[in-house]
Amino acid sequence: MIYHPSAMAVAVFAAFVLFTLGLSFHLGRRAMSAQGYFAAGGDIHWFVNGVAFAGDYLSAASFLGICGMIAFYGYDGFLYSVGYLAGWIVALFVIAEPLKRMGRYTFADALDSRFNSRGIKLAAAVSTLVVSLFYLIPQMVGAGALVQPLLGFPHWVGVVLVGAVVIAIVVSAGMVSTSWVQFLKGLLLVVFSTVLTVLILMRGFTAVPLEQRGPYGVTSDPAQWSARDFSFADATLLPEEGDWKRTSWLRVREDGSGRVTVWRVVPGEASVRLLRCQTLALRGGQRIVNGSPQSASNDFSPVGTLERLPDGRAATGALGPLSFLSTLEGSTVVLWRQEAVRDSDGATTVFYPRLTLGTEVLLPGNQPAFKGIRSQNPFDKLNFLSLMLALFCGTASLPHILIRYYTVRDQAAARKSTVVGIACIGFFYVLTLYMGLGAMTSGAIDVTDENMAAPLLARSISEPLFAIISALAFTTVLGTVAGLIVAASGAVAHDLLGMWLGIAPGDAAVVRVGKIAAVMVGVVAIVLGILFRGMNVSFLVGWAFSIAASANLPALVMVLFWKGATKRGVTASIVTGMVSSLAWILLSGDTYSKVYGWPAQDALVPFSQPGIVTIPLAFAVLVVVSLLTRAKASGG
Amino acid sequence: MIGSPGDAASSRARVGFVLFAVYLVVYATFVGLCAFDWTAMGGFRLGGVNLAVLYGFGLIALALILALLYDRLCRAIDLRIPAAGTRDEEAS
Repeated sequence: MIYHPSAMAVAVFAAFVLFTLGLSFHLGRRAMSAQGYFAAGGDIHWFVNGVAFAGDYLSAASFLGICGMIAFYGYDGFLYSVGYLAGWIVALFVIAEPLKRMGRYTFADALDSRFNSRGIKLAAAVSTLVVSLFYLIPQMVGAGALVQPLLGFPHWVGVVLVGAVVIAIVVSAGMVSTSWVQFLKGLLLVVFSTVLTVLILMRGFTAVPLEQRGPYGVTSDPAQWSARDFSFADATLLPEEGDWKRTSWLRVREDGSGRVTVWRVVPGEASVRLLRCQTLALRGGQRIVNGSPQSASNDFSPVGTLERLPDGRAATGALGPLSFLSTLEGSTVVLWRQEAVRDSDGATTVFYPRLTLGTEVLLPGNQPAFKGIRSQNPFDKLNFLSLMLALFCGTASLPHILIRYYTVRDQAAARKSTVVGIACIGFFYVLTLYMGLGAMTSGAIDVTDENMAAPLLARSISEPLFAIISALAFTTVLGTVAGLIVAASGAVAHDLLGMWLGIAPGDAAVVRVGKIAAVMVGVVAIVLGILFRGMNVSFLVGWAFSIAASANLPALVMVLFWKGATKRGVTASIVTGMVSSLAWILLSGDTYSKVYGWPAQDALVPFSQPGIVTIPLAFAVLVVVSLLTRAKASGG
Repeated sequence: MIGSPGDAASSRARVGFVLFAVYLVVYATFVGLCAFDWTAMGGFRLGGVNLAVLYGFGLIALALILALLYDRLCRAIDLRIPAAGTRDEEAS
C-alpha cells in the first residue's frame, strides 16, 4: 500500500528521539568507567530495571510481529506470546541470582568465573555477537517497515535513522542511557497498548460484506464449477493459461475500464459466488496492482473484516474481554492468503480472501510454520515442538537480557526486577491477542505487509492514536537495538579485545574500544536490516532464540549447577550449539524459500527449527567433553 | 537449618527449582496438547472462551503468580539470614 506520512507521528517521534538523545548526553558523565558504561554502575533501581527488562525484551518482534501474525493467522501468533513469556521462568528461577553473583559486565564473565579460560571468553563473545546480530536483523527490518507510514521515506531510510540514533544513544552513555530509554519505552508501550485494547473492546465488531459477484444458483455440484460455467454482462472471461488452469480463480477483463481483475470461486451449499482478489505483479520495474500501475488512485484495498456476526447481527457495540473472544469465535472472519501464479506474462502474486470460522481462528495450526500441528504424521510436529522449546530456553540465553542483571545492586534486586519484568511483559502479551484480533477485524490491514497491522489498527481508530502508536513502535526498535548493541560491544571490547590486547577490565580504554565496537555493530545492523527487508520480524527472532538457546543456555546452566563442568567442555558446548543451530537454520526449508528463493522441499534438514536437536546436543557435548577432559587431567 | 549466606543461596535455588518444575509441567502439557491433540483445545469452554485461549492466559498468569511466590519465599529466607541477598553475600 502507498502510505501518506503523518505530521503528528513525525512530531511525536521527533520529541521522543530528542528527549532520549538529550537524556543520553546528560547521563554521559556517569558512563566514563567500564562499570558505568557496561553496567550503569550497578545503580539502577530494581523497579526501573524491571520495566527496562520489558523495554529491552518487547521488541519489534513482540509488538509488530506478533500482532501481525495474529491479525493474519489468529491464535498461532499468540503461541509466540506464551513461549516468549514462559522463557522468563527459566531466567527468574534458574539463572538470575547465580548470574548476578558470578558476573560483572557480560555473560561470558559468569561462564568464565570458575575457569579463567581464553577459549570460553572467545566462544562466549562470538556467540554473543552472532545472537545479537540475528536479533538485530528483525529490529532493523521493523524500523524500515515503520518509516514508510510514519515519515513517508523508503525502507532503508528508516533502518539508517534508527541505526544512527541508537549509535548516538549507546556511544554517549552506554548502559546508563540505554536503561532509561528502555524504561520509558517499556512504560509507554504497556500504557498505550492498554489504551488501544480498551478502544478495540469499546468499538466491538461490525459485519462488512465482501466485494463479490453472485451468488449464482447452481445447476450442478458447486464444487465442480469452473470458468466455463460463468458469463458476465459487463466483463469478459480471460482464457485459462499457465498456472491459472490449476487454480480456483477467474480472470476477468472489465468492459468499461479494460482492467483485468481476479475472482475466487467460492462454492456454497446451493450457490456459487465470486470474491474479489487483489494482485501484485512486477512488469518492467513497475508495480502493477490489480491490473494497473500502482498509484494513489489505484492501490491495494485495506482488508481485515468479519463477514458474519453471530445471529446475523450487523454490529455488536462495546464488548468485554471475554465476550470479545466468544463473539469472534461465533463469527465468520475473512482472512487473506497469497499465492504466486506464473503465466506467459511472468509471475503474479494473488492475495485472496478465505472465509474462516472464528472457532478455527482461535485454534493452533493456521500459520504455515505451524501447519504440522494438524498433520497426522507425528514427525511433522517436530518443527512446532522445537520452536516452543527454543522460546522457553532462549530468553535466559539472550545476551542483551543477561547483561541487565549487572545493572542492579544485588541478587535480591535482580530477582525483584525480574518479577516486575514478568508482570509488565505478561500483561503486554495478553494484550497482543486483543490487538492482533482487533487488527484482523479492523478493515485497515495492508494485505502485503504483516508487520504494519498494529499501526494500521491504531489508524482505524483515530489519527492521533496512529501517530502515538507508530512513534512508539519506532521507539520500541530503539530500545531493543540499544540493548543489543551494548551487549555486542561489550563482547567485543571486554571479552575479545580486552583479552587479546591485554586491557584491564576496569580500564577506561575498554570504554573507548566499546564505543568504537558499538559504531561498527550498528553499521553492520543497518546493512543487514536493509538486506532482510520484507521478512516477518517474529519469524526472524525465532532464529535468534534458537541460536541463543543452543549456544548459551546449556553452558550457562551447567557452569552454574554442575561442578564437573570443565573449560574444554564449556567451550565445546558453546561452539557446538552455535555452529549446529546456525548450520541447521541455513540449511532449513524456511531459509531456502524465504532467503535463497529456492524450493523448500530441497532443504537438507527435515524441519526448520533446530532447538529440539541442537539444545540437547550442546548439553551432551558439554557432559561428554567434560568427563573426557576431567578424566584426562586426573590421569595425567 | 539455614546458617550462612551460602546456605540461603542454596535454599533460594531449591525453591527456584521446585517452582520451575511446576511451571515446566504445565507448559509442557500445553505444548503437548497443541501438538498432539489440537482439537481438544477447542473442546472445553469457560465463559464462552475455548481452552486454547484460557490455557494461554493461564500460563501467563501462572508465571506471574509463581514469580511473586518465589520472591516472597526468598524474602522469608533472607529475613532469617540478614546478609543474604545483599552485596555482603556476593563477597562471601
